[in-house]
Amino acid sequence: MNYIKIFDDIEEKYNLKPLSLRIEEKEPDEIYARVGAGDFKPMCLAMHKYLHSPVMSFFAVDERKEKGVFGLLCAFQSIEFKKWVFITTEVPKDNAEFESLSKDIYSAALFEREIYEMFGIVPKNSPDTRRLKLHEEVWPQGNFPLRKDFDSKKIKDSPKSEHKLKEVEGDGVFEVAVGPVHAGLIAPGHFRFSVAGEPVINLEIHLGFTHRGVEKIFENLSLNEAVSLSECVSGDSAFAHSWAFCNSIEKILKINVPENIQYVRAVLLELERMYNHVNDIGGIAVDVGFSFPSAFASLMKESILDLNEKLTESRYLKNVNAIGGVLCDFNDDKKQVLIQNLEMLQKDLNELKKMILSNVSFMDRADSTGILRKNIAEDLGVLGPAGRASGIDKDLRKDFHGIYDKVKFNSIHCLSGDVSARLKIRFDEFEESIKIVKQFLDMIKPFESKKEQLPKIKEGYALGCAEGWRGPVLYWVKIDAEGHIVRCKIVDPSFRNWEGLAFAMPGNIVPDFPLCNKSFDFSYSGNDL
Amino acid sequence: MIEIFKNSIRKALQTRPLSIKEIPVSKEYEMLGAELKKAIKKRFSRSFHIREVDTGSCGACESEIIAATNPIYDIQRFGVDFVASPRHADALLVTGPVSKNMELALKRTYDAMPGPKLVITLGDCALDGGKFKNSYYTLSGVKNVLPVSAHIHGCPPKPIDIVKAILILLGKTK
Repeated sequence: MNYIKIFDDIEEKYNLKPLSLRIEEKEPDEIYARVGAGDFKPMCLAMHKYLHSPVMSFFAVDERKEKGVFGLLCAFQSIEFKKWVFITTEVPKDNAEFESLSKDIYSAALFEREIYEMFGIVPKNSPDTRRLKLHEEVWPQGNFPLRKDFDSKKIKDSPKSEHKLKEVEGDGVFEVAVGPVHAGLIAPGHFRFSVAGEPVINLEIHLGFTHRGVEKIFENLSLNEAVSLSECVSGDSAFAHSWAFCNSIEKILKINVPENIQYVRAVLLELERMYNHVNDIGGIAVDVGFSFPSAFASLMKESILDLNEKLTESRYLKNVNAIGGVLCDFNDDKKQVLIQNLEMLQKDLNELKKMILSNVSFMDRADSTGILRKNIAEDLGVLGPAGRASGIDKDLRKDFHGIYDKVKFNSIHCLSGDVSARLKIRFDEFEESIKIVKQFLDMIKPFESKKEQLPKIKEGYALGCAEGWRGPVLYWVKIDAEGHIVRCKIVDPSFRNWEGLAFAMPGNIVPDFPLCNKSFDFSYSGNDL
Repeated sequence: MIEIFKNSIRKALQTRPLSIKEIPVSKEYEMLGAELKKAIKKRFSRSFHIREVDTGSCGACESEIIAATNPIYDIQRFGVDFVASPRHADALLVTGPVSKNMELALKRTYDAMPGPKLVITLGDCALDGGKFKNSYYTLSGVKNVLPVSAHIHGCPPKPIDIVKAILILLGKTK
């Protein structure tokens, strides 16, 4: 019970009324603290300062039918106590507004804009209320899709406006617009560079082109359908997403997943991390025109995808996770294949390292390009490899996940925050992943795949998490008594990290943009949902 | 410094035996590829150029298209190439269920292509919206926006499926 100390300290330090504070311990690692609407902002600020945590998730729930109010929940992480701290409040349905957090906590800014465009709850005094995903050119005003009474057939038409991008004015400043359709084989997004001479002064990133309304589709799905939808949120982190989703449902229904199964999940998650990291290393190489290591890296990626198929019959680890278990079997043959492949991958990685790190002209491009400073990254709430390259040593595997306590691995972080730091993070994490998989393999006992029976369904809510290769993937899911999903809030690491790219670009030249972009490598579809 | 020289010499003179080489590219793939090469030679005189547009896919389809161009599958050797501009393209390859934000960009890309032009859809979302069918923000498939000539099934389709589908498409076009 020592985590109650958090609230005692806050009461002492910030003098916040304890009467409006209620702690309910629903889940072993989640604390929900309810406060009055007036105390919401000061409480969030206090928690943000006290826990040194960015806003991990901030969202609304439509409870107008049951209670006549919108619920607001803001999540922080307490690494010291291994707890998720939720500050919750209620806003009346007629006068739906709350005091904006984003002036004081920058990492809340994007979440606030999302709450406004999806629910129509106004963040008062907010510096930025532009839309994120429902573009002004396409979507009429006054239609809020995540409200329960929203009907897509009855969309009110109204005059559409233009999305305003920030303008930089001055002598010799001109703009370069890129996208949404790019030259390469990548997803759509719009980038607007303000350039004076060579260096970039400002970069505006306008996303939302791949918005498909995922959170709305989740509502009213049955649990098994929802698992397969979560795999399609971001295709290259299908396993992390489905694990996070299953994790939240398992917490709600109090299903104990056998440790053996969790080890298998961890192995597959590491494989996903490996193929993506090596893909990025190749991508960084090709963006400076160094195609030989890129071809080599794509061979390595292919060999891991092939390995995935041998283990689970799916190259991208889709249709593998299920609530309470996994749908693939595991035997000694597979173990053998894995061990052999790991050894080969280690050899190939050493080779790739030599090729890239010993090339002076390549490292010249990568060193001190696209620097993201630690204090900026902290304010933005950048996490995952991008954050670790800037010196933010946070990792859910080490900070939260129970099973990762059983293996030894180093948490990698650099301080320089440039492209070469992010490159080195990827190399080192790849190596750590090999170590982790080897240790888990020793512990896994062979088993046959079987479909788990769900226990009796009851209503509830919980937060599921997994450290995907881009960073923490969070699913806050609320289900009703029949097992239908009432609200599913997804936070892909890309959503919190994209701004990092915009802050890393100024001062660099436009030709370095692909390099910076690839070194971060965020998901468009995970961000846009 | 020695490392650099060693590297350059090795790159210039010798293709290093790869441990990864053991991944078997199936005989079926090679056979289909040879057929594809013939078909492309006949109808497009050696090169078939594709412009890819993502209209809201999750990224797995793109990853598989990129995999088709890696040194193992190497679809370029059969004459299929991915180009940066729609002006250079014979066909448009579309993934994703077409989100409302991408509708205009997709139409404009199509309009920029020289005729005669083909549209190929890739992945289950692009056919009819797939898992995102009845969403408020998708148009449930490319066929609601553009005339579609061929479809490649799968979530995501493997590189061999891509080759197969292009082959069937070329068999149909005269």
